[in-house]
Amino acid sequence: MATLTSPDLTPVAAALRGQKLPRWAPAALAALGVVLGIGASYGLYGELRTANAVVLSAVLYSAVQTAASFAVEGRRQAVDRLFTTFVYTAFLLAALPLVLILWYTIQRGYHVISGTFLGSSMFLVNPDNAGGGIYHAIAGTLQQTLLSALVAVPLGVLTALYLVEYGGRTRFGRLVSFFVDVMTGVPSIVAGIFVYAAWLIALGFQKSGLAGALALAILMLPIVVRATEEMLKLVPADLREASYALGVPKWRTILKVVLPTALPGIVTGVMLGVARVMGETAPLILLVGTNPKINLNPFSFSQVSANPQTALPTYIWDSFQQAAGNPTHPAAQRAWGAALVLIALIMLLNLVARTIARFARARG
Amino acid sequence: MTENPPSPGATIGAAGSAHVGASTLSGGPSLISGASVRRGDRVFRGLSVAASASVLAIMAAIAAFLVSEAIPALAKNDANFLTETKWFPDPSTPGGPVIFGIASLAIDTLVSSLVAMAVAVPVAIGIALFTAYYAPRRLARPLAYLVDLLAAVPSIVYGLWGFFFFKNHLGGLVLWLDRWFGWTGLFHYRPSALPGNQSLFTAGLVLAIMILPIISAISREVFVQVPRQNIEAALALGATRWEMVRISVLPFGRAGVTSASILGLGRALGETLAVALILTQVYDINLHITENGGITFASNIALKIGEAENTGTGALIASGLVLFVITLAVNSVAQLLIRRSNVEA
Amino acid sequence: MAKSIDVSDLNIYYGSFLAVEGVSMFIEPKSVTAFIGPSGCGKSTVLRTLNRMHEVIPGARVQGKVLLDGEDIYGSAVDPVNVRRTIGMVFQRPNPFPTMSIYDNVVAGLRLAGRQPRAKLDAIVEKALRGANLWNEVKDRLKKPGASLSGGQQQRLCIARAIAVEPQVLLMDEPCSALDPISTLAIEDLIQDLKGKYTIVIVTHNMQQAARVSDRTGFFNLSAVGKPGRLVEMDDTQRIFSNPTDKRTEDYITGRFG
Repeated sequence: MATLTSPDLTPVAAALRGQKLPRWAPAALAALGVVLGIGASYGLYGELRTANAVVLSAVLYSAVQTAASFAVEGRRQAVDRLFTTFVYTAFLLAALPLVLILWYTIQRGYHVISGTFLGSSMFLVNPDNAGGGIYHAIAGTLQQTLLSALVAVPLGVLTALYLVEYGGRTRFGRLVSFFVDVMTGVPSIVAGIFVYAAWLIALGFQKSGLAGALALAILMLPIVVRATEEMLKLVPADLREASYALGVPKWRTILKVVLPTALPGIVTGVMLGVARVMGETAPLILLVGTNPKINLNPFSFSQVSANPQTALPTYIWDSFQQAAGNPTHPAAQRAWGAALVLIALIMLLNLVARTIARFARARG
Repeated sequence: MTENPPSPGATIGAAGSAHVGASTLSGGPSLISGASVRRGDRVFRGLSVAASASVLAIMAAIAAFLVSEAIPALAKNDANFLTETKWFPDPSTPGGPVIFGIASLAIDTLVSSLVAMAVAVPVAIGIALFTAYYAPRRLARPLAYLVDLLAAVPSIVYGLWGFFFFKNHLGGLVLWLDRWFGWTGLFHYRPSALPGNQSLFTAGLVLAIMILPIISAISREVFVQVPRQNIEAALALGATRWEMVRISVLPFGRAGVTSASILGLGRALGETLAVALILTQVYDINLHITENGGITFASNIALKIGEAENTGTGALIASGLVLFVITLAVNSVAQLLIRRSNVEA
Repeated sequence: MAKSIDVSDLNIYYGSFLAVEGVSMFIEPKSVTAFIGPSGCGKSTVLRTLNRMHEVIPGARVQGKVLLDGEDIYGSAVDPVNVRRTIGMVFQRPNPFPTMSIYDNVVAGLRLAGRQPRAKLDAIVEKALRGANLWNEVKDRLKKPGASLSGGQQQRLCIARAIAVEPQVLLMDEPCSALDPISTLAIEDLIQDLKGKYTIVIVTHNMQQAARVSDRTGFFNLSAVGKPGRLVEMDDTQRIFSNPTDKRTEDYITGRFG
């Protein structure tokens, strides 16, 4: 390792220093990569193509840096630098479209939003004209999500408690655990068509907010179970044993020691679950339908007359159908507005959940 | 991975006897509390068993209802359900032929999901490592938070964005892939017209972007749980950062990353509207994945349920059943993989 | 191959909190040096600065010099990765890599350096495990997971892993605090054996252990909670335990506090 070091260094110094690329090397190589990338883009196409030049620059940069590092610093440092580049690139690669999506939505959505837009429905509004709003869709989304959480969270947390604290290793426990994993992979449209088959066809009910909530609950349940389970497993066994050793019964230990310790993680898991189902569109198209009028009763599932609700995702879908791919159509603008409101609602939910989690952590 | 106490049964026993010991020492009254303790435990245990049973009940009900609603339609089908590519379940004239099958749905669903996984999983692991171990400490928290928030963006928004954005920006990549990787067949682009980018490849990319935050958020959660002592063990041996990640972080996180990927795959297989927006609904098998076309299980259900009549609805439910079975199979395989990797560990 | 360590005016911080102040000491090659002192006095913190493991903790930093045979390990040209390769460390709780076999644990450090012939690795594994007094107990089950061993065996496995890369210095951070007396004895014997080849620095909360295994002892103390820890006195172990110069050392040794 010390073969190229200047002779006045002691062997220890040589071993500790090793051969390093100078500090300015990554920046210089990056600049070189950009120059080469732009050059190559011109060479290949006779003009500057931004995407091409960016990709070529990145590839050339990592290739040159890896080669230089391999020659000077050795294999291990070269591999380390290569993966560092990969990890940074992965982040930039992903951050770009994700940030663009947010930007796109905000840019198109914010000027649509007004008091009228948030406070009125689409009742008696011609879809081809401006005006109308999403009050009915917001109300529907909130009610349906809340209903589904009311079903899924208690079921999910109790199931996770069973798996971790009671019967995780019994045959029944393993079966449940297996099917929770399988359920995690159940696509939303399958949950939707199941409720469609059972609730709408077999029982003959009409579309309603409740039908949508049932499908959402099925989607949320395994997320809540898995997140809660992971967090319960992280509660150290020492903590439980300390409690048992004090003579505290198991169920009180769970309520007073295990659950509070795991609470921030459980809240995060529930949050991810709610966030997922709030934006879920497919089952709601099958089960909730679109109603331009305000209907604040998610239980209006009578077999006789249809009185469905609507939800923000179905509203967005419906509006884009009306706009037929024309981005300047009033319905398209309403859709972006609704999308922005939906994202804002979900993010608000996240913020609240995180605040709760932090509060719990500070106290615990 | 975190281990449970040696055996839950043993722990209950130990706790019980510890309690009895304490009661004996403190005298009579605590015997009564002992009884109420047992009742409390019984109630709590009963509730948790019932909740667990509901998971099995739901899964059984999904299978049962899908099967029972699918059978009548399947009985009327004049084509082979598995190999037929066309979808005409409701005859245009009374007594006409009933033709529907899932061949094109299945292939297109798998192809778009595989494209998504191939792109998303490595990138997602990279993002998770970045936010957990590479990002400057000041930025790590906000960036992780950003990824979490983006996991919350509804899929329909991803779909709409993907539709408008890729329409204009993907043509160059498609032609480039055709030029250099056309020989694989997959990326061969035959039409003389410029790419319209309403292809399985585009759908796969949108799906990849959509499932990225989910996979990376969960992977990061797992990566940051790696015990400090495992990390220090590697660093103290003189491991570089990547070597530390390779010998301490990745083995610890393998099962977690796998299950995160399954979650992503589940979403990709079943994603409906993002795909429905992009694909041009062609009931055909075309493995040139950058060419327009394609229809998946989920998008077919969403697009056809409105116009479906009796047999049509049953046919869609039958296709939903197949999607259900596919996800079940995928998950079972993944579970086996996870368990085997845990045994090796 | 053992090296000396020369520490001068070392200040150690966690963020803005000064945890240890003004440490200077000289550690002879091929000697065993023990750090003792009450909890929170910074003895483990000082140990972790000797192979730059301190800075692994977010916000942690160091001022001052630590010379390994005259070369400052905090010099700007020095790579911390190389420092840790040269100065091995054994932790308070045994931390074998949970997914690796006994064999793979021992060669983990060597494998990082590149692909090696199997026969060479076999020889090194045997040598390191013999060096750690573990060979006879595990030679028939080298493919079993390292985590399957008992706590004391795991700790000796970690020592074998540390010496397999032939470091110049071996740091031990309370290596026996999580072990039973028999395992502790085994480790102490091992330290005596290793002394002939390595410079060893050991942190211990057990004064008898310091007296048994070390040639020189450094006593750390802090004047009050929240104040930085300091090296009060460092001298031959025999002298520290029989006739310490500083009143505080004497109070601690005789059990009047701590």
